[in-house]
Amino acid sequence: MTDDAQELIGDYRYGFHDPENSTIRFDKGLSEQVVRDISELKNEPKWMTDIRVKAYRHFVERVMPEWGNCSLLNMIDFENVTYFLRSSDKTEKSWDDVPDDIKNTFNRLGIPEAEQKWLGGVTAQYESEAVYHSIREDLEEQGVIFLDMDSGLKQYPDIIKKYFGTVVPHSDNKFSALNTAVWSGGSFLYIPKGVSVEMPVQAYFRINAKNMGQFERTLIIADEGSTVHYVEGCTAPNYSTDSLHSAVVELIAMEGAKIRYSTVQNWSSNVYNLVTKRAIAHKNATIEWVDGNIGSKLTMKYPSVLLKGEGAHAEVISVAYAGNGQHQDTGAKVHHLASNTTSNILSKSISKNGGRSSYRGLLQVTPKSTGCRSKVVCDALILDEHSRSDTYPTMEIGNSTSDLEHEASVSKVSSDQLFYLMSRGFTEDEAMGLIVNGFFEPFTRELPMEYAVELNKLIELEMEGSIG
Amino acid sequence: MAEEILRIENLHVSVEGTAILKGVNLIIHRGEIHAIMGRNGAGKSTLANVVMGHPAYVITEGRIFYQGQPLENLAVFERARAGMFLSFQYPAAIPGVQVGTFLKKSVASVRDEPPKGREFRKELTAAMEQLAMDKSFLSRYVNDGFSGGEKKRLEILQMLLLQPNLALLDETDSGLDIDALRIVAKGINEVAVDSACLIITHYQRLLDLVKPHFVHAMMDGVIVQTGGPELALELEDRGYDWLDMAV
Repeated sequence: MTDDAQELIGDYRYGFHDPENSTIRFDKGLSEQVVRDISELKNEPKWMTDIRVKAYRHFVERVMPEWGNCSLLNMIDFENVTYFLRSSDKTEKSWDDVPDDIKNTFNRLGIPEAEQKWLGGVTAQYESEAVYHSIREDLEEQGVIFLDMDSGLKQYPDIIKKYFGTVVPHSDNKFSALNTAVWSGGSFLYIPKGVSVEMPVQAYFRINAKNMGQFERTLIIADEGSTVHYVEGCTAPNYSTDSLHSAVVELIAMEGAKIRYSTVQNWSSNVYNLVTKRAIAHKNATIEWVDGNIGSKLTMKYPSVLLKGEGAHAEVISVAYAGNGQHQDTGAKVHHLASNTTSNILSKSISKNGGRSSYRGLLQVTPKSTGCRSKVVCDALILDEHSRSDTYPTMEIGNSTSDLEHEASVSKVSSDQLFYLMSRGFTEDEAMGLIVNGFFEPFTRELPMEYAVELNKLIELEMEGSIG
Repeated sequence: MAEEILRIENLHVSVEGTAILKGVNLIIHRGEIHAIMGRNGAGKSTLANVVMGHPAYVITEGRIFYQGQPLENLAVFERARAGMFLSFQYPAAIPGVQVGTFLKKSVASVRDEPPKGREFRKELTAAMEQLAMDKSFLSRYVNDGFSGGEKKRLEILQMLLLQPNLALLDETDSGLDIDALRIVAKGINEVAVDSACLIITHYQRLLDLVKPHFVHAMMDGVIVQTGGPELALELEDRGYDWLDMAV
C-alpha cells in the first residue's frame, strides 16, 4: 500500500481508497485479522464474527481435497488473492468491454435471438433498476424478502442466525470453510407460506478486479407451499481475471414448497470456481437445480439435494463445456433420506480443444427410505482426440424396494453428421455449432422459455406503468 | 444443346486405400435425368458421395467438373451453395436440432437471396403439403428416430427448398412404400425439369415414375453399359450376370 493511499483511507489498515473509483481494497492475503476486519467493516453482530473466525481456523487446518484435479487445485495461491473489495460504482463495465471470446461462449449456449436481445438490454435495465424495483415492491407486498446477504443480516438477523450454515456447515469442505470465513454479498431470499412468485427472481453478480476473490453467500428459504425460481449468472456478465470464486448456496424448501435455481456460469478461463450448493427438501417439496458451466479454469461444483421429507423430489439438469485449458468437474448429489422420494439427474458435457469434463455423481438411498425412484443420465460429447471426459458415478442403495436407473453415453461428432450438414450449406464451424447446440438443447430449452416469458412480463409491466 | 452441369472424366476413387471407382466417365446436361444401376458394392454410392465431396473418398485419378469448373478445390459447403445437392441413402441424425430451424438455416446459407420469414413459411408449408408431411415434422429433431420413409421425405423436402442445379439421389426409393414412392417421385420430377439429375437405384420401380433419359449399368467401379430406359427394364429382367459375360 502506498503512503498516499494510507492517508486517504485513514483507519482502514487493510485497504486504500482509490480516488478514481472509490474503492476500498484490502491487501492481498488471508489472516484471522483480515476475517475480523471484514466483519468489523460490515458492523456485524458478534455471533457472525465468531462463526467467521471459527470457519477461518477450520480452513487453515483443513487439507486441500485429495480428489479431483489436485494439480490445478494446488496451484491456488491463497496469499495472492484480494479477499475484500468494495466499489461504490458497480456498473462501470459494459458488455462492450467484455472480450469477444466470452461473448461468443454465451452465443454457444444457444440462447435464442430474442433472449440475446434481452440480455443485451439487461445491464441498462439494471442500471435504471425501475423494472426490477417495481417487481421487488410487488413481491414485498406479499411478504417476500429479497435482499443482498449483508442487508439481510442487518435487517433479519434472527432468520439468518437460525438458518445460516445449517445446510452447508463451515466444516463441510475447505472451500465452504473459506467462504464462511470471508463471505460477502450474495442473496437472501425468503418466500412466505403459500406465496407463489410467478416471475423468476434474479441476482446480478460481477467481479472485475484481478486476483479478486468473490465469496458470495446465498440463502433461500421457501416456506410451506411456496414456489420460486431464482436465476443467477445468465444475465450477469460474470467477468473476472485471475480470480477465485468460492460461493456457498443454501436452499431450504419447506413442506410442499418448490425452488428452482438456475445458473449459467461463464467465468473467464482463469477463474477457479469452487462452489458448494446444497438444498434441503422437506415433505413433498421440490428442488430443481438447472446448472450450466461454460467458463472458468477449474470448476468443482456438485449441486446437492437432501430429500429429507417423504415424497420430496429433486431435479438436477446440468451442462458443462470444457474448452482449451478448462476442467469442468461437475455433477450432482442426491440423498434419499426419506421414503417415496424421487430424483432425476441429467448431465451433459462437451469437451473440446484439450478440455476435460468430469461427471461426479452420488446417489444415496438410506436403508429406511423405501420406495424411492431415481434416474441418472450422463451424456458426454467429445469433439476431438485431445479432449477428455470421465464419469465417476457412486451409488449407495440401502434397500431393495427402490428403483434406480443409470444411463451413460460417450459420443463423438461423427464425420457423417458433419458431411451431412456441410452438404446442406453449413461451414464446418457452423455444422459443429449446430451439433453442439443440439446436444445442449435439453438444457437450453429449460432456460430461454423462462426468460422469454419473463421478458414479456417485464415489458408488459413497463407498459402498464407507462400508461397507467 | 443444354448447359453441361456435370462432367466426370476417368474418375478413380479409393476409400482407405481400396480402389472403388476405376475410371468413370459421365456427362449430365441440364434437364437430363440419368440413372445408375448396379449391384451392391459396384461403386454407385461412392460416385454420389465423391461428387458431393465426402472427405473419406480420395480421388486418385481423373477429374470432376461442375458447370465447367473443376470441383477439387471446392469445399463441401461451397458445392452446396453452388447448387449441388445429395439426397443421402442414410441421412445422419442431428439430435436436439429441430427440422424447422435446420431447414431455415440451410436455405439461408444456400440461396443467394434467402426468403423472408413469412415467405419461407409459405413455401415450406406448400412443399410439405406436396410431400404429405405433417407440420409436426418441423419440431422434431433432424432424422432423430425417423423411420426410413420419413428420412427420405425429409431429403426430398430439402431438395424442393434448396432448388439445386444438380441433384444426386442415392437410393432415395429404398424404404418407401408405393404411395410414398409416388409422392417422392412427383417431387423429383418437379425439380428434375430444370436441373441435372442423377438417380442411384437398385430397382426399376422408381424409374417407372421418374423417366430417365439415360440408364447406366455400373460394375466393379466402371460404367459397363449405357442405354435408354429400356436398359433399366432389361437389368430388372435379366439381372447383372449377362453384363459380367459382356465384360
